Amino acid sequence: MYNGGKIILGLVIFVGLFAFPIFYNTGKTADVPKPSLDTPVINQMEKKECVESKEWMKANHMQLLDSWRDSVLRDGNLVYESTGGKKYIMSLQNNCMHCHSNKKQFCDSCHSYANVKPYCWTCHIAPKENEI
Amino acid sequence: MLEMALTGSKRYWTWISFLLIVIGAGVLSYLHQFDYGLGVTGMSRDVSWGFYISQFTFLVGVAASAVMLVIPYYLHDYKKFGKIVILGEFLAIAAVTMCILFIFVDLGQPMRVMNVILHPTPNSILFWDATVLNGYLFINLIVGWTTLTADRKGTPPPAWVKPFIYLSVPWAVSIHTVTAFLYAGLPGRHFWLTAVMAARFLASAFAGGPAMLILLCLIVRKVSKFDPGKEAIQTLGKIVTYAMFANVFLLGLEFFTAFYSQIPGHMHAFQYLYVGIEGHDKLVPLMWISTILALISLVMLVFPNIRKNEGQLAFACVAVFISLWIDKGFGLVVGGFVPNPFERVTEYWPSLPEILIALGIWSIGFLVLTVLYKVAIAVRERTASWPELH
Amino acid sequence: MSINRRDFLRIAGASTLFGLAGVPAVEEILKTNAEAAVLPGPNALKAKRWAMVIDVNKIGTEEDYKKIIHACHSIHNVPDIGNKKDEVKWIWEEDYEHSFPGVSDEFVPESIEHKPFLLLCNHCAKPACVRVCPTKATFKRPDGIVAMDYHRCIGCRFCMAACPYGARSFNWRDPRPFIKEENKEFPTRMKGVVEKCTFCSERLARGLKPACVEASNGAIVFGDLEDPGSEVRKVLSTKYTLRRKPEVGTGPSVYYVIGGNEHA
Repeated sequence: MYNGGKIILGLVIFVGLFAFPIFYNTGKTADVPKPSLDTPVINQMEKKECVESKEWMKANHMQLLDSWRDSVLRDGNLVYESTGGKKYIMSLQNNCMHCHSNKKQFCDSCHSYANVKPYCWTCHIAPKENEI
Repeated sequence: MLEMALTGSKRYWTWISFLLIVIGAGVLSYLHQFDYGLGVTGMSRDVSWGFYISQFTFLVGVAASAVMLVIPYYLHDYKKFGKIVILGEFLAIAAVTMCILFIFVDLGQPMRVMNVILHPTPNSILFWDATVLNGYLFINLIVGWTTLTADRKGTPPPAWVKPFIYLSVPWAVSIHTVTAFLYAGLPGRHFWLTAVMAARFLASAFAGGPAMLILLCLIVRKVSKFDPGKEAIQTLGKIVTYAMFANVFLLGLEFFTAFYSQIPGHMHAFQYLYVGIEGHDKLVPLMWISTILALISLVMLVFPNIRKNEGQLAFACVAVFISLWIDKGFGLVVGGFVPNPFERVTEYWPSLPEILIALGIWSIGFLVLTVLYKVAIAVRERTASWPELH
Repeated sequence: MSINRRDFLRIAGASTLFGLAGVPAVEEILKTNAEAAVLPGPNALKAKRWAMVIDVNKIGTEEDYKKIIHACHSIHNVPDIGNKKDEVKWIWEEDYEHSFPGVSDEFVPESIEHKPFLLLCNHCAKPACVRVCPTKATFKRPDGIVAMDYHRCIGCRFCMAACPYGARSFNWRDPRPFIKEENKEFPTRMKGVVEKCTFCSERLARGLKPACVEASNGAIVFGDLEDPGSEVRKVLSTKYTLRRKPEVGTGPSVYYVIGGNEHA
């Protein structure tokens, strides 16, 4: 084998480099996030419910927001009639965040855990949390 | 075959290192632009396209010019181009690569570039430009690589590649036509709203591209044992001559329409570019350099005695290239934005980061070109010792 | 290893298919979510083609102009960057000569020559910006408004080259630090996207007229161009108006009352 030593050394470095995240994180666990619902508006609600069921929202909120965005912006709609027949204004900034005024404990807790970085807040103004 | 690009003289590696350093500076500047936004450039609300888009436009022409070798060789069986047609195809690959990069660095939201495919919009010329440019890149990769591989083995190219070669001819015309349509279909931009735009683009492309190719051939002969052939270079010189005359003629038509009609909107951009408006004259010296170089090159090219001297031909080609680069790679885009829709003048000049990014992309183009030419030359140098096959 | 090659390929193939079918799948999810529906706002103002008539003779002082511009720029979080190169604006002042290049005559009444006009997006009937956009980030709504989807804009600025009216601005840098007082009910924009006047589509959806109309004390009239009884049609049938660059065929929906100062 030509340059056998060099090839093996190269392979060892390559594998070591690419497997580094696995070695580095072995044995460590990150806490499963618990998004907080402790906000003034939610606390005042008699029945604590979102526009759809908690389970459905957990799984589908991103698709819902995506379809709201197109519906409001492109089709000129404003109101979402939920499965339960209730009506809500479709607005992330003015409605979702009205209840969920704790973006850091609510949105960010899961998003950081799952390492997803939605770019909502480069344009939409996040609620001022320390004011509350 | 790529491994042939991994062995070379000290001079070769010095050149590669130089390119890598310039690319590095360009990448750093781009990271700065990516972080801050396109505000690091000289562009403004009024002149909203600048150096990047004009470089893109110029380079589409360089890419399209490969067809000036493909047509004589493959359609008219002009054997003298047999050895260098690969140089034209590889130049096209490098040029299209630069085009795509120049579009990319011009985007305000580059991470969303796939939206062009996710939301295909056939009424947008930019959609078609992206389509034809990528298509042209693939066609030239397929054709260039396959024919060179066949050459290396001393066999004729496989039959399946022929349709791609023929397709590359109209496709080359299409990339530059579509690029002209980006400009020529916009209401309210008098300077661009002209039916001869695509024709002028093609004429300038077929002058500028082959002029660059002549220079590259002369360099190749100097640094390697591969001789592109005196006669092939002379034929290219004739192509440059005719195309440059066509280009200047078409430019003259634009001048006539604007100034004989005396329609203010049609004259404004020309006035800005060649004499300045109300003291705004940043581009005037450049445009006159372009004009003078164009005239010098035409005088040199039109006399066969001058053209036949390779040193003088090279000089004329440098003049053609610089003249066209200024005219199309700068004046054409900026002129369209000045004066603005309110007939007010905002001037444009590229910023340092903008120039560094552009130089970085040119260097990436030259790196691609160098590597591909290195391979092509290595193959040619080997096959040159097999006289029975050629 | 509990997974064999065939299973792996099957899963990989399925996820590729799912990935490709991602967009329609969203619609499916919403459809399967029982009776959920989307509706326009109950008070939404509707029209076949929104249009505007601006009578600058009715705008008195420079203060009044500033008030109108401020009404728009403040509620839409339009930044004030303070230099011409990076400038972002939705509605602004321009003199007669430069508002109507090619139309302006050598000799015009003093009252017209020096009176600033208010310029904004013309919400054209045949918008060139919409024609050239490669991602449908700018598009025409059924009510005639030329709208922007800032989520989708890639920042190629083809629309800026195409607009004959200079109505569009690009965010050459992050606009946020230049917004003096954020309107918390409206988003800002981000660097790298194009923006412009939206005819206040977000207000129309809630039953409100555009902010500039509200702040203009009757100098700006807004209504449906296709409704013969609308306010804009009434003004157009009694006053002489101009549109900017009608010769380019884009069909602007913003009209300017010329002269007609006799009642003032």
